[in-house]
Amino acid sequence: MEPRNLREPEKLLFELSRPGRRGFALPPLDVPKPGRFDLDPRYTRAEIEGFPELSEVEVVRHYTRLSRLNYAIDLGLYPLGSCTMKYNPKVHERIARLPGFAEAHPQLPAAAAQGCLRLMHDLERALCAICGMDRFTLQPSAGAQGELAGIMMVRAYHRDRGNPRQVVLIPDSAHGTNPASAHIAGYRVEQIPSNERGCVDLAVLRRRMADDVALLMLTNPNTLGVFEGEIREIAAAVHDKGGLLYMDGANLNAFIGVARPGDMGVDLHHLNLHKTFSTPHGGGGPGAGPVGVKKHLEPYLPVPTIEQEGPLYVLNHQRPKSIGKVRSFFGNFGMFVRALSYIRALGPEGLRRMAETAVLNANYIRHRLQDTYHLPYTEPSLHEVVLTDRNLEETGVHTLDIAKRLMDYGFHPPTIYFPLIVKGALMIEPTESESREELDAFIEAMLKIDEEARKDPELVRTAPHTTPVRRLDEVGAARSPVLRWVPPARVS
Amino acid sequence: MGDGHRYIPASDAEREAMLREIGVARIEDLFASVPDALRLKAPLAIDPALAEQDLWAHLESRSRENRVPASGSQFLGGGAYRHHAPALVDHLIGRTEFYSSYTPYQPEISQGTLQAIFEYQTLICQLTELDISNASMYDGASSLAEAILMAERMARAGRVVVSDRIHPEYLQVCRTHLANLDIAIVPFGAREDGTADPEAARRALRQAKTSALVLQHPNFFGCLEEVEALAAAAREAQAHLIVAVTEPVSLGILKGPGRQGADVVAGEAHSFGVPLSYGGPYLGFLAARQAFLRNLPGRLVGESRDVDGRRGYVLTLSTREQHIRREKATSNICTNEGLCALIAAIFMSVVGKGGLRELAVHNHAKAAYAREALGSVRGCALPYAAPIFNEFTVRLPVPAAAAVERLADRGLVPGIPLSRYFEGMERDLLVCVTEMNARADIDRLADELGRLG
Repeated sequence: MEPRNLREPEKLLFELSRPGRRGFALPPLDVPKPGRFDLDPRYTRAEIEGFPELSEVEVVRHYTRLSRLNYAIDLGLYPLGSCTMKYNPKVHERIARLPGFAEAHPQLPAAAAQGCLRLMHDLERALCAICGMDRFTLQPSAGAQGELAGIMMVRAYHRDRGNPRQVVLIPDSAHGTNPASAHIAGYRVEQIPSNERGCVDLAVLRRRMADDVALLMLTNPNTLGVFEGEIREIAAAVHDKGGLLYMDGANLNAFIGVARPGDMGVDLHHLNLHKTFSTPHGGGGPGAGPVGVKKHLEPYLPVPTIEQEGPLYVLNHQRPKSIGKVRSFFGNFGMFVRALSYIRALGPEGLRRMAETAVLNANYIRHRLQDTYHLPYTEPSLHEVVLTDRNLEETGVHTLDIAKRLMDYGFHPPTIYFPLIVKGALMIEPTESESREELDAFIEAMLKIDEEARKDPELVRTAPHTTPVRRLDEVGAARSPVLRWVPPARVS
Repeated sequence: MGDGHRYIPASDAEREAMLREIGVARIEDLFASVPDALRLKAPLAIDPALAEQDLWAHLESRSRENRVPASGSQFLGGGAYRHHAPALVDHLIGRTEFYSSYTPYQPEISQGTLQAIFEYQTLICQLTELDISNASMYDGASSLAEAILMAERMARAGRVVVSDRIHPEYLQVCRTHLANLDIAIVPFGAREDGTADPEAARRALRQAKTSALVLQHPNFFGCLEEVEALAAAAREAQAHLIVAVTEPVSLGILKGPGRQGADVVAGEAHSFGVPLSYGGPYLGFLAARQAFLRNLPGRLVGESRDVDGRRGYVLTLSTREQHIRREKATSNICTNEGLCALIAAIFMSVVGKGGLRELAVHNHAKAAYAREALGSVRGCALPYAAPIFNEFTVRLPVPAAAAVERLADRGLVPGIPLSRYFEGMERDLLVCVTEMNARADIDRLADELGRLG
């Protein structure tokens, strides 16, 4: 028998399962078995085929072992660009678990849920003040659903004025969710090119703007980490032809407390509570993607809105121009609790310090790496910096290899190969959560990898070497997909 | 004494030193690219910062402004269900390696999340008796909307036929999602016993080519649907059958809809250990037959091998997704409900094969007992005769909204007044009974309702 070690692969639940084991017990049934209301066997099944049978101990060990195979923000720098992987404060987790919040049923009468409604109202007011908008809907579950809700509101706005229009303009540096959301809202997507500074080409935009364009979706700062300095001129060009300006707020961490979307000519924007406002990313959600709007879009907000009537908070469903609902109930309330906790923990000075420090950290990394790694755009960086693998071209080491080698140094890699307008992009966003020592350690690792690439490129090209598994066959996984476990006997 | 903020490591002196090193005089100069006219001249108009102790006190007091009766004194369901979550569930998802990690784009250091999703996908397939499941959707309602869009991509009829017994919020969410896409939603009605009428479905399906027949099982009013008969109607019309499930605990005892002829099951799985949390975050799930694979929205995890031949897991078939395919993607979904899927997977593992069946049996037995008890209360009636799982409709002698209000003041929430969603159902109350309600709670409910008339 092989000795066990910490790189030991963990068996699947179904392989650990043994007939007759149990991890759960109910209190004795205190009502008689159903008589005339018993279920006809044509509705029922004898058992769930393949479902696991495990004791509590085994379940705890299984998931604890799995957890150890993950990297996490509490282990160190997680510099995924445009993802804003910042520290998740622990007290917020405890607050979200308060029974008054965690056990509140969404169908409670409003009179019994005043605490929840008031919290949502407080969060909406705080977000309005922070972003300079008139109203927010908290309903969307994530950034992409916020985009969709926003574009639907824009469509309703234009339809109200006689013509929903046909086109949404999106810069070529945008996140993929922007065009996908516009498409689902029934619009044709047109890409507009970036200029040599990586920003929206104002001349091209002005030429293209006409009354068929419903909306321009702009990420600011953009995915290069560059502030769209001509945003007021961009807004004017769009508004002159009756269009609206949407801001993708994925990168809002860059200027909270320094400037506000609402002062820039932005008509509506979403933000990501799981980025800017510190709610945990959870290995892929849950997030929350509130959308802020100016007065002229308020009639179209999803229902219900939360209104204050004297001392009471009420849910208002009577909104004839509303787009309806993008999901059930009121949104990811648990994330609202954490986000409001964050805003209250930081206050106005703390929020500004957050943005300042995030921008400082990104510029520090840029300063120390730009002589080694190629910097494709030399415009000032805000919260993130994009570098590339170009200086290593002759070594045969590519962005992917650099990313994988970073794991051997104990770091999560940056976002890679995005934005699409940069070949071999390494998009680095350190956030404000990192100390100078942590940034220095990352920088040293990046410098060491550059050295290794020149001296021993094979070492880098075959990285990682120290992780629980090494490079996986992703092509093979997509070619003949295995998407679930099946009992060995059933494999043919 | 330090300066700065407890969540932000850099002290003032360290910030100064870093600024000097990069050759910037003042922190404001880092924002030189933001036009001066746009820069705030005053601090944000929000409340001042709170120390942890005060923050806790502030929000703890806010949470007490809710008047949430004990779970046993509530009979609320209607898309959100009260269940006991074993303590280990919250303990395990409280591990920072799970909750403070990102979407597993880098598989070598994300095997924990990836394997857990692979197991989740398998559990959902077993539960629904279907071939494939994605990694999660936002919630049941948006999952149903995505299921309809998927069926439309396959059949392109521009028309779906939907039972009027589905959750009204699910219908509303579908209407919102389909509003701009030239896809008509054609409703069909129910029989007297409260179930969707297969003949009405047939008539609606015969009128024009249809992409999907949509129903909910158990339906919004609590009735079990004749899924097989409805599947036959869909099959005859060459429409896909989409079954929405809002209470997956029912699948501990009910046949998997896949076995009954469903092509797609879209639902809500927060019942599996995710807190009620006033409606979210919850967990949309989406399972389908193999033929839907390339049209499935959302993330998928697949099994693979590493260069040393070790088994491992990766995100796969991402050419369906927005970050590759942009406007041609199967969906715009990116961040989904990963941690909630993990909760559900842990819940399903520990409750297990025998436990989920027992849990379902208890829910059904208690609801049947309550139905019998409320049905014999003077002035109350049971408008629908169809079998139920853990939810049913009762007709009161008085308007249900007023009754709920009156009893809520006495610490008892007897159910959802259906006038919240429908006209002409003023006296109807939707009652849900789970393992959280003891016999004494149910007896008290019957007693209180008996005093209404």
